[in-house]
Amino acid sequence: MKIEDFILKIENEFEDLTPGKLKPESRFRELFDWNSVNALTMIALVDSEYDVMLVADDFQKSKTIQDLYNIVVTKLQK
Amino acid sequence: MAFFSIPYTRIAGISTCVPKNIVANKDYKWISAKERELLMRKTGVVEKRIVTKGMTAADLCLEAGKKLIDALNWNKEEIELIAFVSQSREYLLPATACILQDQFGLPKTCLAIDINLGCSGFVYGLSTIANYVAHCDIKKAIMLIGDVTSHASYRDKTAYPLFGDACSAVALEYDEHATPMYFNLQSDGSGHKAIIIPDGGMRNYPTKKSFEYKSYGKGIIRNKLQVALDGYAVFNFSLREVAPNVNTLLKQFNIPIDSIDYFLFHQANLLINESVRKKLKLSPERVPYSLNKFGNTSSASIPATINTQIQQQASTQKLKLLFCGFGVGLSWGSVYAETENICCPDLIEI
Repeated sequence: MKIEDFILKIENEFEDLTPGKLKPESRFRELFDWNSVNALTMIALVDSEYDVMLVADDFQKSKTIQDLYNIVVTKLQK
Repeated sequence: MAFFSIPYTRIAGISTCVPKNIVANKDYKWISAKERELLMRKTGVVEKRIVTKGMTAADLCLEAGKKLIDALNWNKEEIELIAFVSQSREYLLPATACILQDQFGLPKTCLAIDINLGCSGFVYGLSTIANYVAHCDIKKAIMLIGDVTSHASYRDKTAYPLFGDACSAVALEYDEHATPMYFNLQSDGSGHKAIIIPDGGMRNYPTKKSFEYKSYGKGIIRNKLQVALDGYAVFNFSLREVAPNVNTLLKQFNIPIDSIDYFLFHQANLLINESVRKKLKLSPERVPYSLNKFGNTSSASIPATINTQIQQQASTQKLKLLFCGFGVGLSWGSVYAETENICCPDLIEI
């Protein structure tokens, strides 16, 4: 799993994102109107692509795409 | 595991009643136009039905039941069981089923029972009533099911746009040739706060404070007599439990997944339901939705989807169906049932 693939999948899922704009250091709450619907969409995406379950606390602990990616990788390894 | 089969019980009919009053989410001014569009697209709820002041779940059930009893040409004297599966009871006590027994004009020999469940109510209700029919010499039974959920706070964007009001009536009868129904029912009360109305019961008896509105985040203002929804917890629960419950049922009773004509899921929201559908690798044609027109209609969502989405197939064909309810409790379960020529009257609007 590479962060580039993770970013690509997110860009494909969220129509508001301009392709190529999303970076590991991007703060996802500042990219677009972040709300609970978007968070649930992210949970569904990660679940279907990686079979990993993100929970509310994971979002609270994360600021950037890299933070979320790290959580997914950690959970994948468990 | 709560696996079991129930023989000798046939689903004879299903009818659904909704309020005439249509509320469209495009008019939900509490949130921005952009957020409204996102919400409609992701939840799948474009519009729903909302009761007018004073109309209750029992009123909707009464109309659904009357129409079904007439359409089946059942003699009321022969109905030996009436069940009200709902979390929108008329009073804290007595049980609403007793009141409905009288309102329907059913005989005093009729057993009346309330079952206090929401999203999983259809599968749990079916299991309870089918057991009475199969094992207690009850020949004809009516299950009335559904909720008035529109008392969610208008200023709570996590709940108000999702829920719609609807109730259904389901007729069950003894049939010694009926194919058994197969069940897999589960619960997890550790998640009881995921969907909760905290005050108004015996644990938190209503006080002045119960009516005070408080903010629980951006766009979320409600009081403690209104439903509180932890979207993350509900979503995680649905992704974790629903597909395995269905798969386990099918495996336990050696039912090939490809043999099933339709999967009728509780209509939670499109994001959840589509995730479950994809997990089970089901094609969209086999998974009908009533979400877009009626929203999340709690325990009526499965029968309402049958009435509005596969009415013709259910009323004219022999079908293999999988019902799956999941949510408040937390409580969930699935049922495999074979049906043939179910009496399915047109949707009732009052």
